[in-house]
Amino acid sequence: MSPDALTLLDPVVLARIQFAANITFHILFPTISIAMGWVLLFFKLRFNATGDEKWMAAYGFWVKIFALTFALGVVSGITMSFQFGTNWPGYMKTVGNIAGPLLAYEVLTAFFLEATFLGIMLFGQKKVSNRMHTLATVLVAGGTTLSAFWIIVLNSWMQTPTGFEMINGQAHVTSWLAVIFNPSMPYRLTHMLLASGLTVAFLIAGISAFQWLKGQRQAGVQAALKTGVFLAATLIPLQILVGDMHGLNTLQHQPAKLAAIEGVWETERGAPLLLFALPNSDTRSNDYAISIPKVASLILTHELEGEIKGLNEFAEHPPVAKVFWAFRVMVGVGMLMLLASWLAAWQIRRNGEPQPLVGKLLIGMTFSGWIATVAGWYVTEIGRQPWLVQGVLKTADAISSVPSGMVLSTLLMYLALYVFLLASYISVVFYLAKKAGQPAGEH
Amino acid sequence: MLTTIDLAYWLPVIFAALMVISMFAYVILDGYDLGVGILLELESNTHEKDKMIAAIGPFWDANETWLVLGVGLLLVAFPMAHGVILTALYLPVALMLLGLILRGVAFDFRVKAQAHHQPLWNRLFFVGSLLATVSQGVMLGRYLTGFAPGWGAWGFALLVGASLVAAYALIGASWLIMKSTGALQQRAVVWAQRSVWFAALAAVLVSIATPWVSPRVFDLWFSLPNVFLLAPVPIMSAALFGVIAYSLPKLAQRQRNGNDNFCWIPFAATVSIVLLSFFGLVYSIFPHLVIDQLTIWQAASSTEALQIMFFGAALVLPTIIGYTIYSYRVFWGKAGELSYQ
Repeated sequence: MSPDALTLLDPVVLARIQFAANITFHILFPTISIAMGWVLLFFKLRFNATGDEKWMAAYGFWVKIFALTFALGVVSGITMSFQFGTNWPGYMKTVGNIAGPLLAYEVLTAFFLEATFLGIMLFGQKKVSNRMHTLATVLVAGGTTLSAFWIIVLNSWMQTPTGFEMINGQAHVTSWLAVIFNPSMPYRLTHMLLASGLTVAFLIAGISAFQWLKGQRQAGVQAALKTGVFLAATLIPLQILVGDMHGLNTLQHQPAKLAAIEGVWETERGAPLLLFALPNSDTRSNDYAISIPKVASLILTHELEGEIKGLNEFAEHPPVAKVFWAFRVMVGVGMLMLLASWLAAWQIRRNGEPQPLVGKLLIGMTFSGWIATVAGWYVTEIGRQPWLVQGVLKTADAISSVPSGMVLSTLLMYLALYVFLLASYISVVFYLAKKAGQPAGEH
Repeated sequence: MLTTIDLAYWLPVIFAALMVISMFAYVILDGYDLGVGILLELESNTHEKDKMIAAIGPFWDANETWLVLGVGLLLVAFPMAHGVILTALYLPVALMLLGLILRGVAFDFRVKAQAHHQPLWNRLFFVGSLLATVSQGVMLGRYLTGFAPGWGAWGFALLVGASLVAAYALIGASWLIMKSTGALQQRAVVWAQRSVWFAALAAVLVSIATPWVSPRVFDLWFSLPNVFLLAPVPIMSAALFGVIAYSLPKLAQRQRNGNDNFCWIPFAATVSIVLLSFFGLVYSIFPHLVIDQLTIWQAASSTEALQIMFFGAALVLPTIIGYTIYSYRVFWGKAGELSYQ
């Protein structure tokens, strides 16, 4: 057997791949539903204020996609809650006293709320008053955001743990305020909420542009298109600003992750910004580097000669190439988002509609938010390795003793399922968009 | 000092009780969803299938959340047991998740996909519901034998899996009797009539097999005076099965005459049987979380973590129950067409 095949049967590697596959699939859907709840509320409130049916048409179309997205998020999220136990029993044993209450608060305060009022939001429009229906929309949007809050609190705590002491190998809380408001939480939460907003903005802009170019010129489509484009154009500069602040926070609290992001091996002053490079962990240097001198130091320390610690300073550090490239994919997509949304916004301001070419660009970027979000998650999660909880618990020490063959077979099952569901999701979203243009026959 | 000792004793008990309540709520609520999913295959008319789905449409999402709460409580309140139990149940858990994923997404895809894909999603709805149900039964069976190895223990687990299909089909049919009218309601009565015998047989088999595979359970039930004190549990269950079997033909007759009185009897009787079964289970297992291996106190989180969650649960659970009741009131009565109106 080749050495590669052997590493693939390593249970730690397998469990990580399986968890990564599940979390990658899962995050696609909350990333949409978090912000889409608020966009739906915006449509509903515009309708309540103006009485203009176009807002209700936009609501009626997007609530269907919301329901589909929500269902996929729920079922894949349930998988996650089981996998804490099946794949990482050491995790709850070590930090259960902190992770437990945070997860419990998520289920109790958010999960039931969203799930119950979603029923009323979807099927109750004729059964409850308009005011109650609006309230149900508020509660669903608030519920999804509250869910995100608790999960990000836990994830941030795993990155920058504070407010606890270790007694006999178990974490015990000394201050819940310090646990919840851990140093990276505000940056990570804001970054994630904006990522969700951008994902939804480009989804709505892309699908509406698709309808627009197919000749669906109803007022509802136009309203959704404008909403998507202007939302994207507003959020992207904010995201760039927050991303920069998040980077400074990472430099302070997780310097090894930052060194991997920047591909800095030796500690240096005036570090260059690498536009392209192939980080080589054998030679501990970068091959084929194209760089702009001093810019990495300028961005990160806001000084031309600021010092960035290199990977060689750390006894253990994350796998460099994966983090390095995931970060560049995220930033690259972000730049494209800035370009596309401002171009489209400018054209809509001037002509009331985007040119066909820009419309096609928007269609191409329908799911760009997913790419940026997943790449961003890889940066943050792979960047934390080999730690599961930074400085507290190693990933390898949290693993279960389930035989590799079982992990591998369920992994293949999940992968096949996820590919099938993702293809179905995307095709049904476009199918619904096409069908919305047909005059009758809509159920 | 006295108070801390009391808390260390009582908080795990309270959380174990909350977990049992969540699991009970799950088995009833998602039980009827999964049951309707299983019955979906027996209905050939697409329009009638739509009506069946409409009867669970507004509820299934919140119903499934009770599973998340139950497993969540196991995870957060008893982390030691969570690792042991879910690692031992790795394969049936994975299959249950596959089933729940298929069921949950088929729900939405079946109405939104292109027409020629809709039969596929209907089929996946059925397959997912069946797979989730059998897996849950197998999990319960494995759990009751303390994850014993060997063909006998696995055979028992499969028996419990098959039993749960009958039980969920009965709850599902009973739910449809309450929520539907006309032809579908008549069909639901027939389904209930068939599944009630399977469910009763399953209950008998599981009741015999459980003490058979577990000597501890045998001693708990068949020592004096327990055998007399516990006799009401099987007797009442048998009586309730009798009530269902007796009421179904009467209901069918009344409904043909347009009289829908007492349509809730099969559902209420089924819920009561499940309640009695839960009592039997809890009595057999308590205070263990993993039979003969791990008690609730050995598996519990630290007292301070439980305390924090207790405040949250005490504050939030009544609210959850409140809006759940509200939601059931909104969708009270017969289910109409499923539409986003």
